[in-house]
Amino acid sequence: MLSTEETHEIDLEIKKFPYKQSACLEALAIVQHHRGYVSNEALKAVAQYLEMSETELDGIGTFYNLIYRKPVGENVIRICDSVSCWILGYEKIKAKIKNELGIDLGQTTPDNRFTLLPTQCLGTCDHAPALMIGDDLHRDLDENNVVQILKSYQEKRVVKDTIDG
Amino acid sequence: MDKPLTKNIQLERGPLNIDDYIKAGGYLSVQKAVKSMAPSEVTKTVLESGLMGRGGAGVSTGFKMGAVPMGEHASKIKYLIANADEMEPGTFKDRLLLEGDPHQLIEGMLISAYAIGATTAYIFLRGEYKLAQKRLEASVAQAYAENYLGQNILGSNFSLNLYVHMSAGRYICGEETALINALEGKRATPRAKPPFPPISGLWGKPTLVQNVETLCNLPHIINHGVPWYKALGKGVDAGTKIYGVSGKVKRPGAWELPMGTTARELLEVHAGGMKEGLQFKALLPGGASTDFWGSDRLDTPMDFSSTAKIGTRMGTGTMIVLDDKTCPIGMILNLERFFKQESCGWCTPCRDGLSWIAETLTAIENGEGQTQDISILARHARLLGPGSTFCALAPGAASPLQTGLSRFKEEFEQHILTKKCPYQH
Ligand SMILES: Cc1cc2nc3c(=O)[nH]c(=O)nc-3n(C[C@H](O)[C@H](O)[C@H](O)COP(=O)(O)O)c2cc1C
Ligand code: SF4
Ligand code: FES
Repeated sequence: MLSTEETHEIDLEIKKFPYKQSACLEALAIVQHHRGYVSNEALKAVAQYLEMSETELDGIGTFYNLIYRKPVGENVIRICDSVSCWILGYEKIKAKIKNELGIDLGQTTPDNRFTLLPTQCLGTCDHAPALMIGDDLHRDLDENNVVQILKSYQEKRVVKDTIDG
Repeated sequence: MDKPLTKNIQLERGPLNIDDYIKAGGYLSVQKAVKSMAPSEVTKTVLESGLMGRGGAGVSTGFKMGAVPMGEHASKIKYLIANADEMEPGTFKDRLLLEGDPHQLIEGMLISAYAIGATTAYIFLRGEYKLAQKRLEASVAQAYAENYLGQNILGSNFSLNLYVHMSAGRYICGEETALINALEGKRATPRAKPPFPPISGLWGKPTLVQNVETLCNLPHIINHGVPWYKALGKGVDAGTKIYGVSGKVKRPGAWELPMGTTARELLEVHAGGMKEGLQFKALLPGGASTDFWGSDRLDTPMDFSSTAKIGTRMGTGTMIVLDDKTCPIGMILNLERFFKQESCGWCTPCRDGLSWIAETLTAIENGEGQTQDISILARHARLLGPGSTFCALAPGAASPLQTGLSRFKEEFEQHILTKKCPYQH
C-alpha cells in the first residue's frame, strides 16, 4: 500500500506527463525516499497505482544506479571510480574508507549507518577524487579529509538521536 | 575577450535570481524573438551562426532545428528536451552552466522552443546533480511567476510548459533516443534510427534533444547576431567553448575560451602544466569516448572541424590528462570497465565484446596477458566501430582502446613479456 503522502507526491509528478506510466521512475524515487529502498511490496504497490506490470517496472528500476532494490544504510556513500578519480588516487580513498568502516563495496555496516557503493564519474573531475554521501558531494579528497568527512556523518546521527529523544 | 556563457557565473555567490538576471540583460532575446522574429528567422539565424552541438557530436544546431516539421500540417504537439545527463567520464562543463546560471538555460530553451513550435519542454537532469536541481526548480518557478514560462508568454501566442526530470544514474540515458525512452518511463535502450527524433521522438512526436551548453548559446546569438558570434571563435568553428582539464595538472578546472583554443594552451596555460615531477604522456581531448592524443597533437585547435580533418574528435572538450607515472593500460582498463558496465546490452559487439575486452585488459594488467591478446583487443575494437551497433556507445568505447593500443604498444608488450605492471599503484 502507498501512503497518502506518497500518492500525493506521485500525483504531482504524473501531471508532468501525458501518460501516468511515464512518471514511474519518479514514483520509485518517491517511495524510496520515504522507505529507504524499494521493497517487492513497494514495487507492487507502485505498479498497481500506475497500472503497469511489476516485471516491467522492475526492469526499469533495476536499470538505474540510484534505485535501491535492497535495503541500504542510513548514509549511502557512493565513491567515484571513473577515470579522473582513478588517476588522482581513488584506490587509496577507497582503502581508507574500507578500513575506517570495516566494509567492502556493496556492504553495509552492522550498525546500519553506512553503505559503500561505487559510482561512475560524478561530473566534478577537476576536484577529483570525489564521492557523494546521500545528496552531499565531497571533493578534493585525500586520506585525511575523508576520515573527517566520515566522522561528521557519524556525529550527525548522534545529534539526531538526542533530538529524537 | 567576450565570455557570454559565463559572464553571470560567480560560483561563490550562487546564481542570479530572475530580477538580477533581467537587470544583467537576461531574457532580452526572448522579448526580441517573440515580438519581432518569425520562428523560421530564429532557426535561420542559428543555422548561419555556425553553432555546432556541444553534446559531443558537433552536429549543426540550426540544421537540427530546421529538421523539425513546421507549418499547419505539422504536429501541434512537439517537444524540446535539454540533455543535462552529463555522465561522460571526465566531463564537468554542463554542471557549471546548470549550477552557475540556470536562467540562461531556461532562456535558451525558450528560444529553441519558439523556433520549433514546442509547447512542452523537459530538462533531463542527471540524478546526482542535486544542487543544479534545486537551483533550476527555483528558477523555473520564478520564470513562471514572471510569465517567461506558461501561457501566452509576454502577451504573445507562444506558450511553453517546462519540467525538470531527475534521472537516476545510467550513462546510456544521455544518448538521445535512450533518453526519450527513459522520459517515457521505459527501459532506456536506444531506438533504431531513422526515424530521427526531430521527426518522431517523445511519444512519437517531433522532438529536439539539445545539450545544455548548446542551448545556453542561443540567447547570445539572437541578441548579438551572426557576425559577432562567428568572431568569438579562433579558428573555423564559431563561438566560445567551455573547456576543461582534469588529471595530474597544477590547476584543473573549466574555462570559457574561444572555440579553437589549442590543447597545448589548455594544458600549459590554463591548467598550469603538469604537477611537479610529472611529465605529460597523453590526453583524451573530450571525455572517455575520445581518442588518445600524444604530444604530436597538442597544437591541434580544439574544435569540431579541425579535429574531424585529422580523423579524430573533440568530444565534450573536457580533457583528461595522463602523466608518465600512471599506467596507461590501467587507464584503458578503467575506461573499458565503465563502458562494459554501462552497455545497455542491446547489441552483441557491445554487450559481449566489452566484457571480453575488460577481462583481457585485466589479465594484462595483472601480468597474466598472452602475446595474442593485443590482436584480440584490436579485433574487438574494430567490431565495436561505427555502423555495427544501435548507438554510439560502442564506437565511443573503441576510440580510447584502438588509439591506446597503437600509442602504448610498448607498454602493452612490456606488461605481457615481463608478466607484471611496471607502474606503482
Ligand atoms: C552513450 C551516449 C551518451 C551520451 N550522453 C550525453 C550527455 O550526457 N549529454 C549530452 O548532451 N549528449 C550526450 N550524448 C549525445 C546525445 O545523443 C545527443 O547527440 C546530444 O544530446 C545532442 O545535443 P547537441 O546537438 O546539442 O550536441 C550521448 C551520446 C551517447 C551515444
Ligand atoms: S551500442 Fe551498446 S549501449 Fe548502444 S545500443 Fe548497443 S548495446 Fe546498447
Ligand atoms: S571521474 Fe570522478 S568525478 Fe569525474
